[in-house]
Amino acid sequence: MRKRTLDIILIAGVLLAAALLWLWLRPVEAGGSVLVIQDGQEIARYALHEDRTVTIGEADYNVLEIQNGQAAVTDANCGDHTCVRTGAVSRAGESIICLPHRLEIRIIGGADSSVDIVAQ
Amino acid sequence: MQAKKIATMGLLVALAMVLSWVEQLVPLSVTVPGVKLGLANLAVIFTLCRIGTRAAWGLSLLRVVLVSLTFGNAYSLWYSLAGALLSLVVMTLLRRTGRFSLLGISVAGAVCHNLGQIVVAAAVLGSASMVYYLPVLLVSGTAAGVCIGAVAAILVRRVRL
Repeated sequence: MRKRTLDIILIAGVLLAAALLWLWLRPVEAGGSVLVIQDGQEIARYALHEDRTVTIGEADYNVLEIQNGQAAVTDANCGDHTCVRTGAVSRAGESIICLPHRLEIRIIGGADSSVDIVAQ
Repeated sequence: MQAKKIATMGLLVALAMVLSWVEQLVPLSVTVPGVKLGLANLAVIFTLCRIGTRAAWGLSLLRVVLVSLTFGNAYSLWYSLAGALLSLVVMTLLRRTGRFSLLGISVAGAVCHNLGQIVVAAAVLGSASMVYYLPVLLVSGTAAGVCIGAVAAILVRRVRL
């Protein structure tokens, strides 16, 4: 019986931490840019409302497409294609990550992320 | 006795590998990388409870290396290894306290697996923005841990070695 109680406290603690983190991480800025970060360094920054297609890198490439206020990686030659399958991001704090190329595409500013993050 | 243990461990490692493979066949989520059921943790928890701590560590680490070599890439090895190690440390400690049931151990293991992976992914990217995935992963990890823990409890009670 006592074990069950501790289990429930543990689970409640983890869920509480998740809720607090989510509230804390909710972005509040306004502006709307697409940040391209490689090896932890910002290598480019584009406005989210200007449509464009750029190829990041040469031998190891990711094609970044910004269209209708959304950014997506449409093609890449990384092994797992997680970046492509992530789909389009548009809200502050959302990001597309390509671990094999140590690349991150992050949205900053713009509309507040009011979408329930769990239901994405 | 010795031969039987070797055979049992071989079987469990193979089982853990197959569980990892089955899991990759059915992707639960594509929007947040890392959301998964953690089927292989069934084999780890079973081993931890029925055979011993050292056997569970060996099984888990061997599984990560084998699965990364066969289905993964150079990066997946490192972050899987970090997840597995953190998960093993915490599960072993919680079990030693004797105050948690399998459900709690399994939830802690699942959540720590996600945590370890995020830490390594953040280090590889040189960026802390992976933490945006953390709330989702904490919730999905808890849910997965509850499911796996419930099944593992039945297996630990019923399976005869």
